[in-house]
Amino acid sequence: MRALLLAAPLVLALAAPAVADDPVVNIDLKDHQFVPSEVPVPAGVKVKLLVKNDQTVTAEFESNSLHREKIVEPGNTITVYVGPLDAGSYEFFDDFHNATRGHLIAK
Amino acid sequence: MLPTAIIVFREVLEAALIVGVVMAASRGALGRGLWVSSGIVAGVVGACLVALFAATIAAAAEGMGQELFDAAILFAAVCMLGWHNIWMSSHGRELAASAVKLGNDVRSGARPLWALAFVVALAVLREGSEIVLFLYGIALGGNGGPVAMAIGGVIGLAFGVAAGTAIYWGLVAIPMRLLFGVTSWLILLLAAGLASQGAAFLMQADLLPALGSNLWDTSWLLSEQSIAGRVLHTLIGYSAQPAGIQLVFYVATLLVIGGLMRVVGSAERRPASNPPRRPAISPAE
Repeated sequence: MRALLLAAPLVLALAAPAVADDPVVNIDLKDHQFVPSEVPVPAGVKVKLLVKNDQTVTAEFESNSLHREKIVEPGNTITVYVGPLDAGSYEFFDDFHNATRGHLIAK
Repeated sequence: MLPTAIIVFREVLEAALIVGVVMAASRGALGRGLWVSSGIVAGVVGACLVALFAATIAAAAEGMGQELFDAAILFAAVCMLGWHNIWMSSHGRELAASAVKLGNDVRSGARPLWALAFVVALAVLREGSEIVLFLYGIALGGNGGPVAMAIGGVIGLAFGVAAGTAIYWGLVAIPMRLLFGVTSWLILLLAAGLASQGAAFLMQADLLPALGSNLWDTSWLLSEQSIAGRVLHTLIGYSAQPAGIQLVFYVATLLVIGGLMRVVGSAERRPASNPPRRPAISPAE
């Protein structure tokens, strides 16, 4: 699977066309705030989150309920796939700055 | 300064607990201090390298490099812990006997201390690289300046190391004849917890299904962000909101390593299947 991912992205794109259609949601980190901090996402489908760190310090995008943790270096953008989610609210936070919090609202 | 200390403490805590357990598990083994400290040094060097190439790692595998890297490290550690435990269940009884008799372990040369050193290196590398990335960001643009950062880092490190030392002393207070059994269990649970963390990263990389995104939610009782929650998370793999696949990996690791320990251990109990051990304990080694 990994070899496939590395060696033949085209084949993979053909094999899993759903990936290309996944809704994309942007979340920015600015001045220790998630923008937006309440993020509406569709329930029941896979969602591609693009988390951008517009700060000068490193952040770690983390969520216990979503089981996600990923470092975002300053100026970088990470991709985080979530879902398909049940309708509801899912908290996420910056593990390196615990007060920085936001929610995905799946509807 | 305080936020820096807290973050550094948290990351050091996980690695320090693992080092504490490993030190207790290898109590009495000759040369373990050298092995474990080599592991720590290798881990620190590795952490700096990983931090240096963090952007490259993150961009690999279509942006899922961080996940695959973390999962690989975790599963490597699981294999090493498993190997050590299985090896010990076939040789442990004679080692424990000779350790009680002689006060140290004459056959420690044969014991896979390298496996434990490797686990230490991996734990330090994983947590250490996060610390380096975090501190690097602070040093570049954070508030408080480098002096406050350095003081915070040292305080965090000191408290983390103190926690690792505390668990070590707690464990070695256990009588030697029981210590082997207790640390085997601890290492087994540690391995299962790391496997469950590894599964979470593979799930995050979309290589494994969640099999139920939250089996239960005990964050009201013990949050994973509390210190006690973190300690249990590291030591026995506690998760307040586990996904199904994490539980599958946790239980599978317990069964596979535990099962092999049993099989190997019961083979040792049958004298017929074992060559005589006396000559092996000779000081020739």
